[in-house]
Amino acid sequence: MFSSRSGFWPALPALILLLVFFLFPVVRMLGFSVEAGTLDWYAKALGEGLYLRVLWNTFEIALLVTLFCLLLGYPLGFLMATTTPFWATMGFIFVLLPLWTSVLVRTYAWMVLLGRNGVFNRMLMEAGITSDPIPLLHNFTGVLIGMVHVLLPYMVLPIYGAVRKVDPAIPAAAAGLGASNWRIFWRVWMPLTLNGVFAGCVLVFVLSLGFYITPALLGGGRVIMIAVLIEQQVREALNWPFAAALSAVLLAATFAVYTLAQRFTQPETAR
Amino acid sequence: MAARGGSAELLIEGVGKRFGDVVALDHVSLSVAQGELLTILGPSGSGKTTLLKVVAGFETPDGGTVKVGGTDISALPPARRDIGMVFQNYALFPHLSVKANVAFPLEMRNVAKPETERRVAEALAMVELAGYEARLPKQLSGGQQQRVALARAIVFNPRLLLLDEPFGALDRKLRETMQLEVRRLQRRLGLTTIFITHDQEEALVLSDRIAVMNKGTIQQIATTTEIYERPANDFVADFVGESNIFHGTMSAPGAVTLDGGRTLVVRSDRQAGAKVGVLMRPERFASGGTNQFAGEVIESVYLGTSFKLRLACEGGLELLVRQPARGALPAAGAKVAVGIDPEAIHVF
Repeated sequence: MFSSRSGFWPALPALILLLVFFLFPVVRMLGFSVEAGTLDWYAKALGEGLYLRVLWNTFEIALLVTLFCLLLGYPLGFLMATTTPFWATMGFIFVLLPLWTSVLVRTYAWMVLLGRNGVFNRMLMEAGITSDPIPLLHNFTGVLIGMVHVLLPYMVLPIYGAVRKVDPAIPAAAAGLGASNWRIFWRVWMPLTLNGVFAGCVLVFVLSLGFYITPALLGGGRVIMIAVLIEQQVREALNWPFAAALSAVLLAATFAVYTLAQRFTQPETAR
Repeated sequence: MAARGGSAELLIEGVGKRFGDVVALDHVSLSVAQGELLTILGPSGSGKTTLLKVVAGFETPDGGTVKVGGTDISALPPARRDIGMVFQNYALFPHLSVKANVAFPLEMRNVAKPETERRVAEALAMVELAGYEARLPKQLSGGQQQRVALARAIVFNPRLLLLDEPFGALDRKLRETMQLEVRRLQRRLGLTTIFITHDQEEALVLSDRIAVMNKGTIQQIATTTEIYERPANDFVADFVGESNIFHGTMSAPGAVTLDGGRTLVVRSDRQAGAKVGVLMRPERFASGGTNQFAGEVIESVYLGTSFKLRLACEGGLELLVRQPARGALPAAGAKVAVGIDPEAIHVF
């Protein structure tokens, strides 16, 4: 793994830090789940309908968030990579500024916007589009909107990077050889930026799986994702072994997605 | 010698292009005959690449027209111009095989599959790449990539072939091979071709005619020998080949008095009193000749086939002279006498 002996030592402090303060607690925590010497807690997590629904919910939300991030993020990342430097900078400001702002702050901001008497509903009612407030908060829709916003930068940035890496002469060559814009996109841009799309999707999906703050606040206890469930078990039910088992399931799911993605990410395959 | 059919296949009329305050093209007009290979030669920033982009449709000119075969194509997008182009870095599709790369323009034209197969095989055979169909561009050498780019540019029988400094990335030997190969292919297919380069040697090897560009204008369009032997101005004389350029005044019919005071016998019908430029190519000096120069060697270089000498002559004249490499290389400080005949001096 390390190219030379001397190459290893600079990494040592960070390695020790990770071992002591990350790996050890994780292993210890996982230990809780099998403390009784049985796999009962795992059976409960994966066997009972209620918890399976939570798991299914989590995957469903993660998938939808990834899909919407992709639909919004590809055009944005593409535009940022191909526009003038001025607009690229503007794009970066609008993409990165939220990324540097606390997730908590952003989530509260969405609560203000999405509530029954929130900005959106008042605008809709004043415009006469609806007479009663549309429920946007404490439900599936609210969680989806909030998560897509919070995670969008993780989709935009890899796609931006992938588009930037393409030599502009290549799509130009395609145009010169007779390709319409539509065909240039599907035959040239898409295959050449697929790596960035994949990276963005994996990032957003994996982050979605374990997302806590946004679903907890915007879901208002009615949309339960696995991270929210774990927190409830730790704080309210004080059932640490079960929380540990759920965490292990989340960890395993994350690893599985990551490994699967790695297998599919093969750069520039021939036709 | 240039035109095969004689008719102007490509006609550029009064094309101009500004980028902010910079004039990239200043009312450029030129015509290329059917089957002719015209080189646009110029230093970087001369506007040659902009001109090529205007022809290909990647750049919209501020004014002027581009006609191919009599039809105005100025308003057409690149995809509908039917122009084959080889880019500087080839711009092959990295995710497609050699075969798919070459088939791309046919695919875009919805050519039937068997027909595509046949034409791709034909084009690959022409560039001697049969057997490489399944390779990806990155699995090929620079020269092979260039051949793929060439095959891709000619497979759909374009009206025009554009070559944008395609040999820049190749080493010297390969470059020479590819130059000759491109030339042969271009002649065989009778393709009307525009070739862009900053390399004057390359321009001399490849072209039927050369258009020398500088600062957005065409300085001279002429055959290769014309450009080399009878350049129109200082820029062309200096840019193409090695040169000794002086300025002076016609003191009598057939005589130029240089600004330094030295008078040369020349063949020129310019009137007495006219301000003229004088070009003497280094290889045109011999030991004898009507105009004699005696000087001292400042610098001498051995070039295998020739000696390259820099001479300081009387009257402050500094001459660059090439002599066949015979005997010992004259050392710095040695006295050397050279001469040049009036026929070998070009007055412009």
